[in-house]
This record gives sequence, C-alpha cells and structure tokens, in this order.
Amino acid sequence: MTSIAVRLEACAKTFADGTRALHPVDLEFRPGEKVAILGPSGCGKTTTLRIIAGLEMPDAGGRVWFAGEDVTALPVEKRNVGMVFQNYALFPNMTVAENVAYGLKIRGAGRSEREQRVMKMLEMMRIRELAERRIDQLSGGQRQRVALARALAVSPRVLLLDEPLTALDAKLRDSLRIEIDALLRGLDVLAIYVTHDQAEAMALGDRIIVMSQGRVAQAGTPREIYHHPANRFVAEFVGTLNRVPGRIAGDQIETPGGRLPWPRGGSGTVEVFFRPESVTLADGGGQLAGTVTSHFFLGDRTRLVIDLGGHPIIVETVARREFRNGEAVRLDVDPATLFTLS
Amino acid sequence: MRRPGFYLQLAFTLLVCAFLIVPVFMSILAGLTHNYFLGVASGLTFEWVAKVWELYAETIYRSIGIALACLAVTLVLGVPAAYVLAKRQTALTRAIEELLVMPVAVPGLATALALIVTFGGFRDLRTSALFILIGHVLFTLPFMVRSVLAVMSSIDLKTLEESAATLGASFVQRFFSVVLPNCRSGILAGALMVVTLSIGEFNMTWLLHTPLTKTLPVGLADSYASMRLEIGSAYTLVFFLMIVPLLIALQAVSTPRRKKPLPQEAAPGTAP
Repeated sequence: MTSIAVRLEACAKTFADGTRALHPVDLEFRPGEKVAILGPSGCGKTTTLRIIAGLEMPDAGGRVWFAGEDVTALPVEKRNVGMVFQNYALFPNMTVAENVAYGLKIRGAGRSEREQRVMKMLEMMRIRELAERRIDQLSGGQRQRVALARALAVSPRVLLLDEPLTALDAKLRDSLRIEIDALLRGLDVLAIYVTHDQAEAMALGDRIIVMSQGRVAQAGTPREIYHHPANRFVAEFVGTLNRVPGRIAGDQIETPGGRLPWPRGGSGTVEVFFRPESVTLADGGGQLAGTVTSHFFLGDRTRLVIDLGGHPIIVETVARREFRNGEAVRLDVDPATLFTLS
Repeated sequence: MRRPGFYLQLAFTLLVCAFLIVPVFMSILAGLTHNYFLGVASGLTFEWVAKVWELYAETIYRSIGIALACLAVTLVLGVPAAYVLAKRQTALTRAIEELLVMPVAVPGLATALALIVTFGGFRDLRTSALFILIGHVLFTLPFMVRSVLAVMSSIDLKTLEESAATLGASFVQRFFSVVLPNCRSGILAGALMVVTLSIGEFNMTWLLHTPLTKTLPVGLADSYASMRLEIGSAYTLVFFLMIVPLLIALQAVSTPRRKKPLPQEAAPGTAP
C-alpha cells in the first residue's frame, strides 16, 4: 500500500438550500498518518470527509490534492479511496467474499488474484469462516469487519472511516477500537476517522482535528488538544472540565473556594479551568475548601461533585474511603494544569 | 370441546368460500361437459378445449406476445423512471408519484378513447397489435414503477451506490451490479403484475382491437356472444390455466421472506 499526503486548500461547502456546512478550511494530512476529525453533529466533519472522498465537490475555489495531484475534478470512482460508511453500506445482494471482491472485480482483476486477495483480507480481519455468509446473517461487529476488509482490498491511497464504531454497543466498540487501531498502525496508509466520540478520537488519532460549526477549532496531538485547548469550545467538548471564577492577585488567584497559586501573572477577574484528575484530596491544609454534594462510586475511582462557594466542580479520586454528602473536604490543584481561555 | 360459536363461524366461512368458488368450478365443468344442458351425465370431454384451440389459438398467442412486449417496454421505461423518482426527492417527483395512481382510477375505456382520438388517424398503427400494446403499456407502466419504487425507497440506495463508487464502480457498473440486483424483488413483482394485467386486460382492449387483432379476453367476449356455452367455458378454462400460475407466482414474490435472527455478537470475529 502506497501512502500519500492529502491536502485540502480553501475547501468550503454550501448546500443547495443555502446552508453553509463548511467554511473555507485548509488541512494537511501526512502519509501514513492516523487522523481523527472530531466534533458534534453538524460541525462539518462528515462533509470534510466526503470532500476528500470525492462524494461532495467543494465550492468554487476549493482544491483537493492527493500527493501533489489536483483531484478536485476527479470523480469518486477514480480517486482510489477506501471508505467505511457509518452503516457499513455492504451490498445485501452479495456474500461476504463477493463484497470484499467487488472493488477488485471492477478493476478487472482475474479470478485467482481476486480469490487470493479476498482470503488475505478476510484472514486479516479474522472473518475467514464468514466468507460465504450473506450480509443479513452477520452481526454488527462482523459487518464492520467486512466493510473494512472491502475498503482495504483495493489498496486505497487513503482510508476514510465515517463514525466506524458508532453503531456498535459499548463493549464491542472498545475491543474493536483496539483491534482496528493495531491493524491500521501495521499498514502504511493514511487513515482519516470522523467521530463525535472524543475517547475514540484520542485512541485512534495520532492527531485530532476538532471542528465546530464548519470551522477547524483546533488541530493537534491528543495531548495538546486535551491539556492545551485553544478555545473554550475545544476545552469543553474534549473531556470534563471544571470552571471557577477568580480574581488575579499577584501570584495567586482568589476563587470562591480559596486561593490557588498562579505563576503566570496578569490581573483582573478571570475564569480558571482545570480537569477533574488535576485535583487531589488534601489530608490537612489544602488550597481549596469545599463541600461534597454528591458522590458516585465507579469501582476503580470515585467521582465527587464538590461545591466551591456556589460553584460545583467534578473531582475524581482513587482514595479507598467512603464519602458523605455535606462532608467538608480540602483540595489541592496542580498549578501547572490550571489554564484560562480568552 | 369447541365453543358453539366456532361451528357457526366455520359454516359461514365455508358458505362464503362456496359463493366465490362454485361459479368458477361450474364454469370449468361446463367447458368439460359434453352437453351442458344434459349435465355431467352426458359425459366429460376435451372436445371443447380442442375447439377453442382451433378457433382462438391466435388470440392466445397474441395475448402472450403483447404481454411479453409490454413487459419489455415497462422494464426499460419503468425501472429507470422509478430510479429517478427514488433518487430525486423534489416537489415534482412527489407529484409524479401521486399521479401514478391515475390509471387505476381512470376507466380503461376513457384511456382507450383518448388513444383513438390521438392515434386513430394513423391507419397502419390503428390496425396493428402495436396499438393495443401502447394501451397496455400506458395501463401497466405505473404498476411497474410503483412496485420498483417501493423497494428502492425501502433500501438505502444512495449509500450503497456511494460505497460502490468509492470502490471504483462507474455509474453504469453501479446500476447493474448494485442497484438492479437489490431491487430484484420489486422488479419481479412488477413484472408479474404487468404480465397478469396485460393478459387479462379487457376494457381498453375492447375499444382498441380490430377483428384481426383480438386478444384472449376480447376473444372470450366474442365466444360468449356467438359460440355455444361449452366453448366459452372451455375458453375460460384455458384463460385460468394461464393466469392462475401467474397469480400464484405474484403472491409468492410479494410475500416478504422471513428474516433470520442475527447471530450472537460474540461470534467468530472476536474469538479468533
């Protein structure tokens, strides 16, 4: 499989009814990279994917480049992309093997070549024994494997996956996510996932592009996105976030729950943000004082909702103890994890 | 012990069945009886069936010919038409969908009259079986379109085509390898419907035919009017033999197949 770079240049999309699905975006995908496009429904992520596939034309002025070749005007059937659709879109009139062989047949591959390739794909997806099954005899997870095998069988230049795991139940989603990740990492192919599930995006993407309302909100590694969100949308969409009002006073911030160290200067009133896992329960002392308003035992940890002078925050702790509602607690927040957003 | 109401219901059901079936049975019997006025006692015979063949074989062949031609035309026109209606959901296509009910509502005689007014001046056309074919196509085309459209609307045609396109299939390849096979049940049901309707069509054909272009139902009316009762009945028997298998097949294809339950999620894929 030869991996290529893909570049979108000023690609916008306005639909016939006048809705602007996508404002002009410039995006670059490097060869062999695994990228997740993340965002809520209607953010333009699927439109972006469909423009790369050639299923949508960008508005005039937009350009799509495959490894230096301008493919904007190239129809989808000539682009040699592999696509896994959200509902799999397997052909019900064909068996599993025939589905996987379809692209090869269209390309005029001979029977023996086809059979060999199909077997290789089915083995890779560990569904060899399903070869002769009809599509309506498959479970959701099996369909997903067939869809992936079918897309990969033609050695696509780019692999596009539209919400590949959304239709599956939670447990299967986790195991298949790990498997797909391992599988695609072994293949030198540019894979672009579209998902609304941030956990999926973090697990599958080397890089995440967060989109909102037809624009790119932030692009970066999962760690950058999580720890250094560029704006409020990204911060709130990815992971759980605590928000507390405060006033900068020298090297400290005064919050309703107490003072937090603030080495970054500035002045005036701000909103200060931190993640639940940045907070630890303090035995004595502690920077903040609050009251437990509810607690959820999750097995490996306990999730607490703590009231800081009228502002609820979420805290996760691995402490093996019981909590009571109304209980007073002291908290420490790692100062390096505090951030503000403009 | 069954409730007393059961026997009442059974008797009523049998009575209704008899009401529907007895005339058919009597007609068939009349076609096989030596002399209807003397009753079955006069003996059973195939002589009338043979006579029908001698007198009306031509109408039977013509009816079959027109039905098959009608099928070919409705397939070529109707399947692409249904495809366009299914793919483009606009106010216009929805209006056309509504209009497709018209031929059922408009009497065949009215359609026939309209055809005669329009094409009657073309002598060669007026006197050929082609004229009847035009009428039959007008009458049956909506049935084909509706039958195919129903199946096309029930599957996600757009995504199936898109996935075929990403795999490299051109429009023509997609249409023949993905669209048509997945609409097979609708096409089959439509085809049987078209053939059945065309073979049995009388109203319109009665006005469109000439003495040289009689079809089976028109011949039937002719035989009722001018032949002995036994011949008319034997003719009806021939008609039944042609139409009943078609109706049974139509019933068989339009009954949806029972879906098999999904296999367990933990099956092969996850356990290598």
